[in-house]
Amino acid sequence: MNRYPVWKYLLIIVTVVVAVLYTLPNLFGESPAVQISSARATVKVDAALQDRVTALATKAGFTPEAVLSDANSVKLRFKDTETQLKVKDAIQSALGDDYSVALNLVPQTPAWLVAIGAKPMSLGLDLRGGVHFLLEVDMDAAVSKSLDKTAGDVRRELRDKEIRYGKIDRLRDSVVVQLRDAQTVDDTTNALRKALPNMALTEAKDPNNYSVTLTFTPASLLQLKNDAVKQNITTLHNRVNELGVAEPVIQQQGEGRIVVELPGVQDTAKAKDILGRTATLEVRLVDDDQSHLQQALAGNVPDGTVLMTERGRNGQPSPILVKKDVELTGDSINDAQPGFDDHSQPAVSISLDSTGANIFRQLTHDNVNKRMAMILVEKGKGEVVTAPVIRSEIGGGRVQISGAMTVADANDTALLLRAGSLAAPMNIVEERTVGPSLGKENIQKGFESTMYGFLAIAVFMVIYYRVFGVSSAIALSANLMFLLALLSMLGVTLTLPGIAAIALTLGMAIDSNVLINERVREELRNGMSPHMSIQNGYAHAFATILDSNVTTLIAGLALLIFGSGAVRGFAWVHCFGIITSMYSAVFVSRGLINLFYGYRRRLSTLAV
Amino acid sequence: MEFFHVKRDIPFMSYGKITTAISLATFLLAVFFLVHKGLNLGVEFTGGTVVEMQYSQSVDLNSVRTKVDSLKYGDAQVQALGNTRDVMVRIPNIKGKTSAQLSNDVLNTLKQDRPDVQIRKVEFIGPSVGDELVSHGLTALTLVCVGIMAYLAIRFEWRFAVSAIIANMHDVVIILGFFAFFQWEFSLTVLAAVLAVLGYSVNESVVVFDRIRENFRKPNMRGKGVPEIIDNAITATMSRTIITHGSTEVMVLSMLIFGGPALHGFASALTIGILFGIYSSVLVASPLLLMFGVTRDNMIKPVKVKQEAVV
Repeated sequence: MNRYPVWKYLLIIVTVVVAVLYTLPNLFGESPAVQISSARATVKVDAALQDRVTALATKAGFTPEAVLSDANSVKLRFKDTETQLKVKDAIQSALGDDYSVALNLVPQTPAWLVAIGAKPMSLGLDLRGGVHFLLEVDMDAAVSKSLDKTAGDVRRELRDKEIRYGKIDRLRDSVVVQLRDAQTVDDTTNALRKALPNMALTEAKDPNNYSVTLTFTPASLLQLKNDAVKQNITTLHNRVNELGVAEPVIQQQGEGRIVVELPGVQDTAKAKDILGRTATLEVRLVDDDQSHLQQALAGNVPDGTVLMTERGRNGQPSPILVKKDVELTGDSINDAQPGFDDHSQPAVSISLDSTGANIFRQLTHDNVNKRMAMILVEKGKGEVVTAPVIRSEIGGGRVQISGAMTVADANDTALLLRAGSLAAPMNIVEERTVGPSLGKENIQKGFESTMYGFLAIAVFMVIYYRVFGVSSAIALSANLMFLLALLSMLGVTLTLPGIAAIALTLGMAIDSNVLINERVREELRNGMSPHMSIQNGYAHAFATILDSNVTTLIAGLALLIFGSGAVRGFAWVHCFGIITSMYSAVFVSRGLINLFYGYRRRLSTLAV
Repeated sequence: MEFFHVKRDIPFMSYGKITTAISLATFLLAVFFLVHKGLNLGVEFTGGTVVEMQYSQSVDLNSVRTKVDSLKYGDAQVQALGNTRDVMVRIPNIKGKTSAQLSNDVLNTLKQDRPDVQIRKVEFIGPSVGDELVSHGLTALTLVCVGIMAYLAIRFEWRFAVSAIIANMHDVVIILGFFAFFQWEFSLTVLAAVLAVLGYSVNESVVVFDRIRENFRKPNMRGKGVPEIIDNAITATMSRTIITHGSTEVMVLSMLIFGGPALHGFASALTIGILFGIYSSVLVASPLLLMFGVTRDNMIKPVKVKQEAVV
């Protein structure tokens, strides 16, 4: 009685050893590092880069303590922040714009622990400082923008096929093409069905109304929304890379929301500026009819045109009337670089993809001697950067935009265009900034409060229950280790509510031990032999432990499913804690008691 | 060493009327404050911007308040965060202004008077997110209740499930009542704490229920009436109840004292929740059980069925 078979002892030893190993990395702390990651999709991070940056650092006179690399980045670890800063500058200037070089902290986990996959828990923003954004994609704007583009496509397609058409109206959720007769309706439907397969076409052949209406099919609407979120995530990735942030998080949350977390970012205004800019380029034709412009200035904007402002050379914006139809958008931009034009004015050189190049060639071919406007759209507002007169057809897809801009403007514009355009504008619906000192303080306070509470409980248990108390206290420590190891292994991000959950779980975990110890006392009181008391105490307490933990687990799971952010961080730890505490309270503490009492033949009293 | 060993059963059930009356009174009081004063909902729920700042030396809150008011941002609140150096400013959502502008405005205005001010934390929550959180929070609460009731109904009997859930909602409402009365900020972490209390407090009731069920099945309890059985169960588990709650409370108090302002709301909610958790599991859930008319037959029916099957 009260002896575990050898395999049970072995199981306890193995789990404890594993727990110790996987908890260990959390104790080593972090040291400064320089992180190099690719700033563009075309530039890959590989072994060659690793060698190159190591050589660069060594050449600058600082040999890295360790070189770590993963799929997206190479990290060089140094012993102090001064070295880190110097190396960062050296590498940044040598590598140029293709890579983003960021300051980071890298765990000082020894190599042998890294080799078995042990890593410290990652800390949430509330513990390390940084910025958290929740962005909402404006789906209506995405649909609206796509319809604008459709209207342009329809016009081009009908022109190509030489089908005579009347007005093309862009309504709230459809595009309507007015036509002359039944024959053109059929021709139009045939042409558009091929060119725009994802639109639903509705024909009208009423003598008063020959038209084709284009709407999105439900499937294509869903596709459109998904694509909008995906494209925005890609774009955000590019923009964040420009910021040079170490380990940013950019994830979709729910249907149309994106979470962006930038650990360690101090300059939040700059971060928000880069993220929030929804700049995209649009090329449209200018309506140069002076009478139209006068009319528009009088408040009566002619159909199919919009009144905008143009950046003037002398800094004075001037009004300009542009057509509503978008000929070309930023989607077709392959690359954009700042530079200077023939007159040594700051300019941005743009290279277009093949579709864009074709459209642009056609556009310039058809509109010689007319003006076209290069419009930079930011946060839904368009501004004409420049509106040059088209002198001749421009092929080859290389376009230069210059206008009234400074070198800094040109740099910014190029960066925005290069980083890609957003499929739809986004609003910041949630934002949190945590200063780095506050993060450190949060860790320290969370840790201290857990430690004091833990010590108080352990001391009480030992005094109150003696040998059984010692076993309870050891089981509680084991529980703490199991929990930390589990969290580290699963890569759960530790947040302040997570620390609170660790503390609460420890406080609650002792319940199982108290239940057991009280039961053992009760059995003794009822006149059972010591061995029987241990046996029955554990057995009777188990049903209660199971019931009470399952109910707590139900609450924890509901939190996990319906919680978000802080609540979920709490719930993960809480749920894991319930599971580890059952294992340690029932199995580990019993093992200890068995080891202590189980091998004594004559047992007259228990120290409980 | 034993502190809480009671030889004779304490007749808790004979006090049933008084305790039920007391808890009904506290419950109604909590409801009154909830309705009358309402919860001081945190920025996560209401939307708005919260800026936490730290001065290098202590600052006069009134001067900060005047400065912030001069910005004319509607119903802006200025609060001290536990000491005279940490200040929190809450601003409602303003159309056309981003949180960056708001927080910068606040910081710049305050810097005119005192350049030693630093931003520690900025939180901005849009209005739509808040509504969603409220609905998610309520869903979580409902789901927890349903889940727990289902489990208890299967493991015990419906009377136990209903009593436990009433006792627990009583705890939750009282915590909320405290937050309404003192106008403490009800944040997302407090919500987590409230839901954790729900789990914790059921845990508590389950331990007592477990004992009641066991007592019903014990041969030497056969002659006893239901109130005696419940009294015995409560008395027998009392030592454990006090020690467990004590240790959890020690942990939570440690968070309250050493955890700093970030854990304050969380720890306060739990402190209250644990205190009322003891009370309700003993003095609310059990009298309710009695009131619903639990009998020995409710609990030993399954055993009889088994025996018949064997015969």
